[in-house]
Amino acid sequence: MTDIASTGTAVRILVNGEPRQTGLTNLAAWLDGEGLDAAAVATAVNGDFVPRAARDGITLRDGDRLDVFRAIVGG
Amino acid sequence: MNDHTMPAVAGSTPMSSSPPSSPSPSAPPSPSSWRVGGVELHSRFFLGTAGYPSPQILVQAIEASGAQVVTVGLKRQLAHGGAASDFYALVKASGARLLPNTAGCTTAREATTLARMARELFGTTWIKLEVVGDDYTLQPDPFELVSAARELARDGFEVFPYCTDDLVTCRRLLDAGCTVLMPWGAPIGSGQGLINPYALKTLRARLPDVPLIVDAGIGSPMDAVQAMELGYDAVLLNSAVAQATDPVRMARAFRLAVDAGRLAWEAGVMAEQSMAVPTTPVTGRPFVL
Repeated sequence: MTDIASTGTAVRILVNGEPRQTGLTNLAAWLDGEGLDAAAVATAVNGDFVPRAARDGITLRDGDRLDVFRAIVGG
Repeated sequence: MNDHTMPAVAGSTPMSSSPPSSPSPSAPPSPSSWRVGGVELHSRFFLGTAGYPSPQILVQAIEASGAQVVTVGLKRQLAHGGAASDFYALVKASGARLLPNTAGCTTAREATTLARMARELFGTTWIKLEVVGDDYTLQPDPFELVSAARELARDGFEVFPYCTDDLVTCRRLLDAGCTVLMPWGAPIGSGQGLINPYALKTLRARLPDVPLIVDAGIGSPMDAVQAMELGYDAVLLNSAVAQATDPVRMARAFRLAVDAGRLAWEAGVMAEQSMAVPTTPVTGRPFVL
């Protein structure tokens, strides 16, 4: 769980289907807070793709569904 | 659409536009190169990267296959976890072009979102578009597939649709902006080979100028030879190599099979005869004893 003191109000979101609570409501900041390499993941909020360059402009709100994807093997 | 007559028969010449490479006197003939998704390729073998015993065996299999295109995927996960994620650096180092898929998607909306993620993550506009309509057969949903293909083609993607062998669906995919088609040979991972050669022949005959790739269902190199002899431009397979006892050796076997089948298509297989036809040019009987 991320420290909620950093940006004030905490929000409840679903991250890859799991309920989470966070004070980092800026998407780029949230990823950074998770220690994720920004270039190694792709993101969608509520089913809409959020390009890397747009993450800084996305505010996570209560009930938002955040999905984070990684490269894997595939057929 | 071209109005070519039905169908390719044994002994017919290739209908694809690319002419065979003219061999120099010293070099044996090799299969012609071909173009797909805006690039020229020499290999006609696309290899999947899933399910290998180890990342090292995957890398060796890619090398043995001679594949210039390998498929990759995306997974919803936060953690950078173990061998599965190390693979990407290894696959990149192989130098093969990446073809990300949208495996697991069941709607156009899911598939288009995942395709955009793949474009960013893998840095390519190529997408193997999979939109599955049935869990047991993993049969593509033609309606969602066409809808997703249209949207992605408009958005600048090179859409490689994983589709059934239905001719009219294939036409709709071309209308939607696809420039290549990837009909199944049999359900994904089943290794049943080409279960409907008639439909595949029909596609080849009716769409002579469209790059066609048999994707899914190939079990043994024999199936790859058959697909190539039908005039298909390439094959895409994964399980047949990954699940072999020795994947690296099998990758090599498929490479040879793909080349053999393609050369046979370019060479023109002889017409089948219903009765024996003497081969040795004797006149009558050699002796009358």
